[in-house]
Amino acid sequence: MSRKELLSKIGLRADGRRAQELRRIRCKLGVFTEPDGSAYIEQGLTKVLAAVYGPHQVRGGRSKAQYDAAIVNCQFSMAVFSTGERKRRPRGDRKSTEMSIHLKQALMATIKTELYPWSQIDVYVEVLHADGGVYAACVNASTLALIDAGIPLKEYVCACTASLANNDIPMVDISYQEEVLGGPTLTVAALPMSEKIVLMEMTQRFHLDHLPKVLKEALRGCKDIKVILDEAVRNHLVNVGSSSGWVKNK
Amino acid sequence: MSLCEAEKTFILHGVEENFRIDGREREDYRPMEVEIGIISHAFGSARLRLANTDVLVAVKIEVDTPYPEKPSQGKLDFFVDCSANATPDFEGRGGEDLATGISNSLSDAYRSSKAFDLKKLCIMKGQKCWKLLVDILLLECGGNLYDAVSLAVKAALWNTRVPGVKSVGIDGKNVELNVSERLNDCVPLDVSGAPVMVTVCKIGEYCVVDPSAAEEKCSSAALVVAVSQGNITTVLQGSAGSLHPTTLMDSLGLGVEVANQLNIALMETLQSAPPHFDVGFLK
Repeated sequence: MSRKELLSKIGLRADGRRAQELRRIRCKLGVFTEPDGSAYIEQGLTKVLAAVYGPHQVRGGRSKAQYDAAIVNCQFSMAVFSTGERKRRPRGDRKSTEMSIHLKQALMATIKTELYPWSQIDVYVEVLHADGGVYAACVNASTLALIDAGIPLKEYVCACTASLANNDIPMVDISYQEEVLGGPTLTVAALPMSEKIVLMEMTQRFHLDHLPKVLKEALRGCKDIKVILDEAVRNHLVNVGSSSGWVKNK
Repeated sequence: MSLCEAEKTFILHGVEENFRIDGREREDYRPMEVEIGIISHAFGSARLRLANTDVLVAVKIEVDTPYPEKPSQGKLDFFVDCSANATPDFEGRGGEDLATGISNSLSDAYRSSKAFDLKKLCIMKGQKCWKLLVDILLLECGGNLYDAVSLAVKAALWNTRVPGVKSVGIDGKNVELNVSERLNDCVPLDVSGAPVMVTVCKIGEYCVVDPSAAEEKCSSAALVVAVSQGNITTVLQGSAGSLHPTTLMDSLGLGVEVANQLNIALMETLQSAPPHFDVGFLK
């Protein structure tokens, strides 16, 4: 397989996956005790921790507070050791600020903010290892943390990346290696049950004709992720429930 | 965390009775968990959980030029990052004061050549040396940060493997390193002297170790002692409040005694650690 090829002739990717396969997802809810909700997710080697505080009183002056909805505050931060080359600063650079804004956009679409007027919900994400699809992992981790915090959501919000190999075949869940190899990357955050897209971002280029199939593949990835997250949430509730004795079976 | 007067009195009385709110005695530690090698792309890493306090440490290694005044020594840098996951107060630049405080105390504690020998990190005198970048990430603060951080750093350094250098070539002013490509060809660090820090908190008339977040709120003064092989390398009087010289000497004695026990316990745990399982935060 040549270096530039994203998909080999027999249909395998650099890490041995097929084009439509996600990386292994492992997740856990309730990692920490201090925040109201927390979650940890691993997508392949990408590892993200998320913590949710709130809803609580608006911090730093009431001028920001809204009379009809809660404000959602997001902070994206990457551990300095998360990338191959050590980062200088964990947050505050342009990329992190952009990530925070995009994360807020995705979460605002699903949180029922109208239930908490005059209050604030904080979502903090910390990337421990960046290996492609960082934004997607952050959205998925935040969803789990919000569920752990018991904040009402309209539905799961999931994110997934997709790319185009050999100018023809769409692939899902792009790793860092594949990002570097130079394929275009389409990041989609979606509400998988109602099939609505809340955020779409693309780097590099491909022909407009390819967009529908790449987008379809990304949406399918979101749906697959939703199934995995849903199972994790149910398992977590059974575990929590069994300790307090309200789950009969198990 | 804010406590009312009644809660503070309750904690105070508990310390007087030698029966603290979580049932410990004054010289007892809370349960601790340490895990090494959980960050695959670092040269060494450790995660330490002391009750509610959670610290993640990763060590990265770079090739650097030694300082002109210390040509035969390597470099050791500490960087502390207070994640907003720990408390919303750390959002933005909120945790920077605490972070600088911890990283400065760590550099002070490791400065002595008896505590950590930087000469072993020298590759070629005045030309090349290894630079150890110790990055500490605070993920949850449940009191007693200094102790947890120092133990986690020691565990991470214990886990660190410095790449083996096969040969060094000089071509004019350029120095070329030939680093061994074999993964097993690495050198572990000697951390037997790496300092362990113990926070001694004065609550009422008595001194306690390993204060929880609530106990830290009640303390009138706190003393951080860094101990390396029975010798004190750094003493730091944190927080506001004052100590009588006699109390100070007593707390130092208590700190050294506890640090020695902690050090032995940590080294035993590290040496008997089972082969690595990929667990991390999924437990």
